[in-house]
Amino acid sequence: MKQDQPATDCKLDQMSQDLLGKPIARSEGLAKVTGTAPYAAEYPVDNCLEGVLVTAPFARGTVTDIDTQACLAMDGVVAVVEDERMTARAAQGTAGEAPVQQPRTVCYWGQPIALVVAETFEQARDAAKHLVISFDADDLDDVAFDPNAVDPENKESTSQGDLTRAMNEASSNVDARLTTSGHASAAMEPHAAIAEWDGSKLTVYASLQMLNYNIAELADAVDLEEDDVRLISRYVGGGFGSKLGISEETVAAAIAAMQLERPVRVVMSRQQVFQCIMRRSETTQRLRLASGDDGALTGFGHYALVSNLPGEEFAEPVLQSSQFLYAGENRLLEMDVARVHRMTAGSVRAPGEAVGMPALEVAMDMLAEEAGVDPVELRLRNIPENHPVEGTPFSSHKLAECLKQGAEAFNWDSGKRKPRHTKDGEWWIGTGMASAARVHNVSEAKARVTLKADGTAMVETDMTDIGTGTYTILGQVAGEMLGLPRDKVLVELGDTQFPRGSGSGGSWGAASVGSAVFVACQALRKKLAERAGVSEDELSLKDGAISGGTSLVDLLDGKDLAEEGHYEPGDIDEDFVAAGFGAYFAQVRVNRFTGETRVERMTGAFGFGRVLNEKTARSQCIGGMTWSIGVALTEALHFDPVDGHLVNCDLAEYHVPVHRDVPDLDVIMVEERDPAASPIQAKGIGELGMCGGAAAIANAIYNACGARVMDFPMTPDRVLAAMPYD
Amino acid sequence: MMKLEFIVPITINNTAHPLPDDPRTSLLDFLRRDCGLTGTKKGCDHGQCGACTVIVNGQRINSCLSLAVMHDGDSVTTIEGLGTPDAPSPMQKAFLEHDGFQCGYCTPGQICSATAMLQEIANNMPSDASESLDGPIKPTPEEIRERMSGNLCRCGAYANIIAAISEVAEGDAA
Amino acid sequence: MRPFQYARPDSLDHATQLTAPEDTMAIAGGTNLIDLMKLQVETPQELIDINRLTMGEIADTDDGGLRIGALATNTATAAHDRVRSDYPLLARAILAGATQQLRNKATTGGNLCQRTRCYYFTNIDQPCNKRDPGSGCGAIKGIARLHAILGTSNHCIATYPGDMAVAMAALDAQVLITREGEKERTVPVRDFHRLPGDTPEKDNVLEAGEIITGVTLPAPVEGKQIYRKVRERSSYAFALVSVAAVVAMTDGRISRANLAFGGIAHKPWHDPRLSELLVGETPSAAVFDKAADLLLEDAQGYGENDFKIPLTRRALAATLADATGVEL
Repeated sequence: MKQDQPATDCKLDQMSQDLLGKPIARSEGLAKVTGTAPYAAEYPVDNCLEGVLVTAPFARGTVTDIDTQACLAMDGVVAVVEDERMTARAAQGTAGEAPVQQPRTVCYWGQPIALVVAETFEQARDAAKHLVISFDADDLDDVAFDPNAVDPENKESTSQGDLTRAMNEASSNVDARLTTSGHASAAMEPHAAIAEWDGSKLTVYASLQMLNYNIAELADAVDLEEDDVRLISRYVGGGFGSKLGISEETVAAAIAAMQLERPVRVVMSRQQVFQCIMRRSETTQRLRLASGDDGALTGFGHYALVSNLPGEEFAEPVLQSSQFLYAGENRLLEMDVARVHRMTAGSVRAPGEAVGMPALEVAMDMLAEEAGVDPVELRLRNIPENHPVEGTPFSSHKLAECLKQGAEAFNWDSGKRKPRHTKDGEWWIGTGMASAARVHNVSEAKARVTLKADGTAMVETDMTDIGTGTYTILGQVAGEMLGLPRDKVLVELGDTQFPRGSGSGGSWGAASVGSAVFVACQALRKKLAERAGVSEDELSLKDGAISGGTSLVDLLDGKDLAEEGHYEPGDIDEDFVAAGFGAYFAQVRVNRFTGETRVERMTGAFGFGRVLNEKTARSQCIGGMTWSIGVALTEALHFDPVDGHLVNCDLAEYHVPVHRDVPDLDVIMVEERDPAASPIQAKGIGELGMCGGAAAIANAIYNACGARVMDFPMTPDRVLAAMPYD
Repeated sequence: MMKLEFIVPITINNTAHPLPDDPRTSLLDFLRRDCGLTGTKKGCDHGQCGACTVIVNGQRINSCLSLAVMHDGDSVTTIEGLGTPDAPSPMQKAFLEHDGFQCGYCTPGQICSATAMLQEIANNMPSDASESLDGPIKPTPEEIRERMSGNLCRCGAYANIIAAISEVAEGDAA
Repeated sequence: MRPFQYARPDSLDHATQLTAPEDTMAIAGGTNLIDLMKLQVETPQELIDINRLTMGEIADTDDGGLRIGALATNTATAAHDRVRSDYPLLARAILAGATQQLRNKATTGGNLCQRTRCYYFTNIDQPCNKRDPGSGCGAIKGIARLHAILGTSNHCIATYPGDMAVAMAALDAQVLITREGEKERTVPVRDFHRLPGDTPEKDNVLEAGEIITGVTLPAPVEGKQIYRKVRERSSYAFALVSVAAVVAMTDGRISRANLAFGGIAHKPWHDPRLSELLVGETPSAAVFDKAADLLLEDAQGYGENDFKIPLTRRALAATLADATGVEL
């Protein structure tokens, strides 16, 4: 089905299994907690060789020669693969074609250039360090590394009215420059693949988010037809955007397996994951906000400078939610891209809002202070009726409810705010808040649902579950529609032998593939209704039987019944602006002497349409809030100014939050159904949880100690530098 | 130099295994490849993430930073030795119930770590979060957070992990 | 990791014989060495596993101090009753470092020999005079966030990354070192690590064939013991700056101030002038400032780490305030 109209009456609400939305435990959970769920590198494959990637120790230039002799002479070494089909970058999400190949042309420090294959991992790892590479590196003075030191290209521009005038005439205004550091996805499972070639067909176990696109990317890279490629990703040890597109190890493993006619496993080292997988671009942003006495925005300006490699289309969409989140007649939103030789910039959890929202929400806090309006109230006063430029209505909009419910749960003090109001020994204590917003996306998806003769159901799609709960919620959708308890629905994912799903990314998985399952189930219900001699509307299924009547087993009469559901986003996205909204409230303590900041408590209230599983949805929210803490306090990629290499390329020095950084997190899921967002009235939730949370922490730091830090992350040195002296 | 003959094997989950020939083999790679125990995960291979945590002679360690040949005579417990899908351990059950994981990759390390950690608290071993270095230690959330900080979870399931561990700790105390 | 021969000595004498040749290294906990071997920063041809030697004991010394065996794990040391009661600074410093998993393997001797976390040292495709003498220093013109502000040279600005040794420097511990056929020698922890000078490849005074057998702590002294570590995460991060302090007060005046600093130099930094300045003074913000002036008079930042100068000043003031009960 194609959705062109809001799905106001949703069949799901007429069902009686009472399964959807319930906080049931993950169906694959037992496998994960007992270590029996196999990830890409863990499939038992006989006679498997081990490959280790060799990477370029220079930023830009050409590999002129690869001397394999010494390497090949080493114990256990089988081959050095240096094929021009190997990829030099990972594919961007939804590319559907091979990324840049010909790895001898080097564009960033750490780019893979060859693969050393040996009998054992220990042999391959050592041999990879002994491959002799000759290269012609470009003069470093001619290679751009610093995004702020080059002339950028304009990427997008939206203008309405006269922002400069609005700023001049405003009773309150803010003109603020903020920066955010680059981020790494740092999924816990390193990128890995095992490739097998039987002479005509290629099977690859890989760690990927979007098999529906990845199969085309891989087939294109290795010059095969899609029909001759099978990709399997049943379990993915975290993605966060880093596994959206096919990456270097998967293509290298495939080429090696085809050349050597033996299975080959390639697992990136953690350092390689950092050095050659997508980074989130650093940003430099300027926020200009103008308001009247009451805090109502009259002008809204948001500028962002981001970076990427030459030739990459992707630019961190910093302004995405700024387009519609707040009112303001006079608007100027502009974004530039600087071309620099750092590894590819691409999607990292919540591309755009993850860094755009924190900057905007710090500026809003500054405006609240300037205008003397409570920060919560300031947001409430600036929620637009419709899209402020295009005039399009919102599909559903829960920002006000989130702000109110969050403030109440947090016990937000709406009285006059002044920094440095509470001291506890060495610590200043303060609170802050911010709005959350994230555009809602959907994507075409297919899924097959089979009612088995034994009265169980099976859902099959090449959709992946990267930890979001897909296995569980698809079973809940099917169980609800078909009147089956969750344990009677088997969900099979992550195999391109199944119908093409939507892929997992952009928070669109649940709404898209969930809708495909819903569509398939509707078709099944129609057939069941025919057999039962009732209309579909009258068909009430529960616990494997028509309520008070015939069992499904009897209806099926010994035969399986299968339907493929096909969901396509329709024109509805032109009629409505669909987005998830929310609000964060944080309390921090800041050390008076050292500037160290600890988040003491944090509340997030979010509206994201129908909740498909209360437990896994809440987990998505706390995951996003945890990332907010990383953006606010600890995470930053550091690039060498001389040769552009990423210096902190490991988990010791790239600081993802640890247990002790994260307090108990309070999550409120605001009741919402969004009929225009998807047929099942659900929106994305995987990213919303981190779209602004860092600003709540930043604003709390200011409220605690008076340090208005303009650079994320707010490490002790930055807090100290901005903190007024005692 | 003489080559060592390992007479005593390594015991993993109560099963004896011969040690590998290549002394470069980490305990982690030995478990995953030679023993087929892939429940122990490789996240960073440098002691920076905790995904490879196993329990050796009662103490949790990063198996990536230990050579298999150094462990003859040792007794190793991996996630597979703590419980199985048919008979999960209380900690495994609590993680499942509290959704103390998402992608599941750090999970075996978290669970091995948590299991050993509660014993450390029971033994009154202090931590950086302990207010006093002597006297009994209680499994407060702050104590658990500090002691679990060697296990990164990028999905951000920390709050649920603490809830799961706290439940087991309370059960142990009761 | 390069191939290597693996051997296990059956005695300490045997161990010192085996470790005498160049390209031979002793391994204990391995938490730093195996990390660096995987990166090929360390490439020993022979690896001598000393774990089965009996050097893990922690025992009282005749003079009322404590002897901590080289193979005592960080966990065992921090949990030892006398360390907790008489040397809480040492327990606190150890517990502020790394993680329980690492501390369960890390040993006293190994921790003393821990190598720098400088990003350029651990990346073999970058210049580093410590790893590859004469290749240059990538950090001086690069990202020097982790780096030293005191005692640097034009060849190296790396820091010693540990916590344990900083506490030991404040406690004036002695390192016990043995070599084949020679008597055990004793080196103060304060002199064990070196400044980089023009031989940054040498972290410490240990010679080939020498093995650390233990560390002795002098009999405990009166005073408040504090370890303050400033870091970017609340746990599992190396120190930006750390301060180890043993401070006593008599009649309202400072009567002892043994201080050492981590994260700011190539070694645990101990400046004997601080004690001279502070002892006899009535503690106050002004006195703490004077101490910081003296400590930092030759401090030099390298851009990214300039913040360590004010941060050290503030960490010192906070520690002294805490130790002396002064409100700042």
